[in-house]
Amino acid sequence: MQYGVVLFHTTSAVMKAEKLLLKKGVSIKLIPVPREFSSDCGLSLRFDWDRRDSVASELNAAGVEMMGIHQMSLK
Amino acid sequence: MIYLDNAATSWPKPPVVLKAMADAMEQAGGNPGRSGHRLSIAAARIMFDTRDELAGFFGIHDPLRVIFTANATYALNLALNGLLKPGDKVVTTSIDHNAVRRPLRHLEKHGIHLDIVSCAADGSLDVSAMTRHIDAATRLVIITHASNVVGTILPVSAVAEIAHHAGALLLVDAAQTAGVLPINMTEMGIDLLAFTGHKELLGPPGIGGLVMADTFEVSRLETMVRGGTGSLSELEEQPDDLPDKFESGTANLVGIAGLGAGLRYVKERNLEQIGEYFKKITRILIQDLSVIPEIRLYGTLDAEQAVSVVSFTAAGRRVSEIGMRLDDEFGILSRVGLHCAPAAHRTIGSFPEGTVRLSPGSFTTIDDIKKAVQAISEVVKT
Repeated sequence: MQYGVVLFHTTSAVMKAEKLLLKKGVSIKLIPVPREFSSDCGLSLRFDWDRRDSVASELNAAGVEMMGIHQMSLK
Repeated sequence: MIYLDNAATSWPKPPVVLKAMADAMEQAGGNPGRSGHRLSIAAARIMFDTRDELAGFFGIHDPLRVIFTANATYALNLALNGLLKPGDKVVTTSIDHNAVRRPLRHLEKHGIHLDIVSCAADGSLDVSAMTRHIDAATRLVIITHASNVVGTILPVSAVAEIAHHAGALLLVDAAQTAGVLPINMTEMGIDLLAFTGHKELLGPPGIGGLVMADTFEVSRLETMVRGGTGSLSELEEQPDDLPDKFESGTANLVGIAGLGAGLRYVKERNLEQIGEYFKKITRILIQDLSVIPEIRLYGTLDAEQAVSVVSFTAAGRRVSEIGMRLDDEFGILSRVGLHCAPAAHRTIGSFPEGTVRLSPGSFTTIDDIKKAVQAISEVVKT
């Protein structure tokens, strides 16, 4: 199963993104940052990879600064 | 007991504020931004939701431009120390509080040029006088939204226009007005706003903030404190991201939760109605005091032009004696003296003795005002 994670510089940005995407009806979950990434703000935002485009465009439109969006597989 | 010292700190607080603070400790006790577990996330949500509501309340879009500080004094210090460089000219008014004046006097020793515009004896500010002082060399203009001594409201929008026309920024001290008067930073042209949570936003002491307009260039503002932010820990340098650049160290989560609840309470009660109520009780207080011949009132004596702060003296009476007798004999709590604003008292002509200050709050009733005036009348006559 494929999912995506969005990484942010700050927890405040994670919170901003979470609130925004939930309002837009995008199903998401806050998860600890996957081990392979160096970001340490603790939290990242997990979403269904099929929604990649809408996640990216919603966050960009709202000016939420992202460190990156990565595709992940469960292991 | 009748509490008339709300300009120092509001009391009592709505029960929802106390509950939100207890809930935050019990149910969201993690360290926001430091860990990825549920208690940390719950804490981060409280912080963000409060930030978001404050941004909306003060008329800006980006909640990350709300920087939490311990109080308005810290926010003002952050703005002044972070923005001003040797050689900068700063224009302020003669009724500012020591939270503005003391950092400026300190910075003056380090090469900033301070230009103080005199207010009238009733605390009001002549906008044309401001125009004469603000010039191309002016980097920052600071005004208090309303005087903490006489309540007089200053013309923020008009001053913003003059400041911006000269290429200067506007910093507003909203300690006495947040939660009383509408403040839309975007519409009013406020670049930086310092507020406190424990006055009419009805939150607890120990929480306030500095709000930056959406158009404010953040790189112009240096941080005062550096340290752990939970973000970019691999770097030994302070990150530039908002709000982390300005918020090192563990946050006052309980204070933020209380402030959020206080703000929601104010919004539910409706700011316009709160403002009307304040005008009504202030009008009664001024009217009833003005018929006591022994009393001299200060300020505009017009509840339309002031927040609910009323200062008076009584001929031949020590203000401290009046304050003590009101407390001891009648259970009426006021604040006497200089109110941390010696410059303001010089402006209104009450320095160095000071005044007795009465500041009704959202929970003060007309009956409280009537009783207080009756007590004051007895104290100044006997």
